[in-house]
Amino acid sequence: MPMQIRVCDPLMQTDRSHLPLWRRVMRRRSLIIGAAMALVFIVAAIVSLIWTPYDVAQLDIANKLEKPNAIHWFGTDHFGRDIFSMIMVGARTSIAVAVIAVSIGLLFGVPLGLAAAARRNSWTDELLMRVNDLVFAFPALLIAIIITAVFGPSAVNAIIAIGIFNIPVFARLTRGAALSLWTRDFILAARVSGKSLWLISVEHILPNIMNLLIVQGTIQFSVGILAEAGLSYVGLGAQPPTPSWGRMLAESQTMISLAPNLALFPGLAIVLTVLGLNLFGDGLRDYLDPRQKRESR
Amino acid sequence: MTLLRITNLTLEINDSPILHNIDLQVEAGSILGIIGESGSGKSLTAFSILRLLPQGSVSSGVVELDGENLLEKSEAQMCEVRGDEIGMIFQEPMTALNPVHTIGDQVAETVQIHRHVSRRQARKIAAETLERVELPNREFPLGRYPHELSGGQRQRVVIAMAIALQPRLLIADEPTTALDVTTQAQILTLLKKLALEDNMGLILISHDLAVVADTADHIMIMRQGVVLDSGSSTDVFQNMKHPYTRQLFEASVHVPRRVESNIDSVPLLKVQGVSRDYAVARESFFAKPGKFRAVDDVSFELYRGENLGLVGESGCGKSTLTRAILGLEECQQGSISIDGEPVLAGTKIPRSLRRKMQVVFQDPYGSFNPRHKVGRLVAEPFHLLDTPPQGADKATAIADALRSVGLVPTDAEKYIHEFSGGQRQRIAIARALIIRPKLIILDEAVSALDVSIRAQILDLLAGLSDKFQLSYLFISHDLSVVRSVADRVLVMKSGKIIEQGDTAQVFNSPCHPYTQGLVAATPVLS
Repeated sequence: MPMQIRVCDPLMQTDRSHLPLWRRVMRRRSLIIGAAMALVFIVAAIVSLIWTPYDVAQLDIANKLEKPNAIHWFGTDHFGRDIFSMIMVGARTSIAVAVIAVSIGLLFGVPLGLAAAARRNSWTDELLMRVNDLVFAFPALLIAIIITAVFGPSAVNAIIAIGIFNIPVFARLTRGAALSLWTRDFILAARVSGKSLWLISVEHILPNIMNLLIVQGTIQFSVGILAEAGLSYVGLGAQPPTPSWGRMLAESQTMISLAPNLALFPGLAIVLTVLGLNLFGDGLRDYLDPRQKRESR
Repeated sequence: MTLLRITNLTLEINDSPILHNIDLQVEAGSILGIIGESGSGKSLTAFSILRLLPQGSVSSGVVELDGENLLEKSEAQMCEVRGDEIGMIFQEPMTALNPVHTIGDQVAETVQIHRHVSRRQARKIAAETLERVELPNREFPLGRYPHELSGGQRQRVVIAMAIALQPRLLIADEPTTALDVTTQAQILTLLKKLALEDNMGLILISHDLAVVADTADHIMIMRQGVVLDSGSSTDVFQNMKHPYTRQLFEASVHVPRRVESNIDSVPLLKVQGVSRDYAVARESFFAKPGKFRAVDDVSFELYRGENLGLVGESGCGKSTLTRAILGLEECQQGSISIDGEPVLAGTKIPRSLRRKMQVVFQDPYGSFNPRHKVGRLVAEPFHLLDTPPQGADKATAIADALRSVGLVPTDAEKYIHEFSGGQRQRIAIARALIIRPKLIILDEAVSALDVSIRAQILDLLAGLSDKFQLSYLFISHDLSVVRSVADRVLVMKSGKIIEQGDTAQVFNSPCHPYTQGLVAATPVLS
């Protein structure tokens, strides 16, 4: 037999299993930094459920448009509301919308992709994937505008709109990854054992594509946050008085020269969360995928 | 003067010793065969000569090509040596060529790298070299792409790339392992001829004793990075000084012992007039889609307790036939029945029927879901039972199955990557056995294994067949394996069964010219 050359195989275990977990994780700087950045906002969102420095619904016109100071860390807006508190509550809105939207994508997209791969090259496959293409062809924002035009603007409708956009992303990814697995011998062995297509999909295919789905989930999560901010910016997301990063940006527009901190903090919050999640997703992919092992160390 | 002389070559990779004090010599115009099983270090010896070693390698000793020590050369100097003075041929002709470049360009490129010649001249040399490797320019113009060639023809192109500059040393690492026997014989003859014509030293690396024994002048046998035996071929094979040489030889010609087989006269598997067509892309928009008949009117019977061999080269339809028997693919014509029950793919095959057959695949690495533990993998066919055993019963059944293939019950708690290729194949057999089927289809089940492991697995299969009254359909491209295990043999070519009969009769006095060719091309250890 020739020299054992390590084959690039998504199913292969990485050989770093002998290292302790924290050392393996430390090898991935982007994973750590990304996770830390995202965690800051997740913690802020959770804390906002029980405590915020100020009540975000409380108007305090006397102290409007204050610069950042010891009392109001990020300053106040044109109604005198504390921006720091609004960012915290806004994180809650963004994260809730993104989590639910990604869940909708996973819940519908993955089974559709599995079904299409199980019945590959059949009419079912063709029909599912072409409908997918149709949804994919519409920009996410357009779907959102259509939905909100019909049902009215609200956070729930934003979630549905972003969720629908996520379905074809996950369906395609799942189908592609599953297709290559369907040709493997262990799948044939399972078929010889009389297992149905659906059972094989759940027992054998799904665990083997979990890595990919987790990574894509993280990335879609950041896309979801961006989309929520975009929808709120144009007034189609969460409605007042619920604070939202996108709407905070929109409202600060007219006062940007007067009080730049009004635009700066929600803007930074969006950029840092999305950046953090993207770094985390990239790091996670490198960590879970042995094919990337060499290049990204 | 000796062309290549290696003295005291030692290699460490990441501080673990790989090669120990290797000494070897290759004379100009002679062929050195290096034999060893996987992990013996034979390929790394070759890569040490070219200094193409993985990161973290430290080698010491002397590797002299015409008196110059290659280990002392700089990387830039080595680049001049590689391809110019030393050529190399790899195992897999499918991946050794760049699919987007024509064969002419690829051969000409190696010429242009080392010689300052014009493109036109380089192409002229390429054309001449392709003629030398018996790819006549009239049939195989320089503009052909690799995908237009068969495996054997591609390997010829790879050889042309290696010899275009008439190197003094040619290293061939398992050059014929991926090829069919008839093609293998042609490639070996070609290599021999080229070595003689150019007065070139040739190192032929192989795991197959028979291939090397027929071709090489000198032989070196390696195990775990150590040279165990070396000398002229006749000397090594006649005297068998080292016990490992004898062991390898015996494993290669091993015939598993079987109790006097008691074959029923009732057929277990009956295949009648089976044909399987695949649709091929239509040539133009209005043309009818074409048809490719992978299996063409095949009929045979397999009796209870019988070991039936099915031999054929790649693309002959063996695998398609297997899938049809397993009910995984639909047939266009004919019928398949097991124990009188028809197998009808497309409709739902009753579990009572599926229970009667299981399969063991070739690739010990791809046959298992890497995310499940061995216990769960082995128990998978329990799905076919109406009342599958639960709890302690299930654990006992798994333990029994593992024990019957020579593993221990605690292996059930491990993951598949903790096992070697041979052990995995045992696990595959355990999985097939666990519901006590009547028929096991062995699809190239021992082809990927080393000879000594292969001998063990063949013994295991023979023992299990006697113990559980199993019938095997033994599918292989390797005639010598089929010859040692099968009672009766079918020879398949282009989807048709062209010859069948008792194993001894078919191999000793083949009737069909194709079978005669196959038997003649198979290297034999005498």
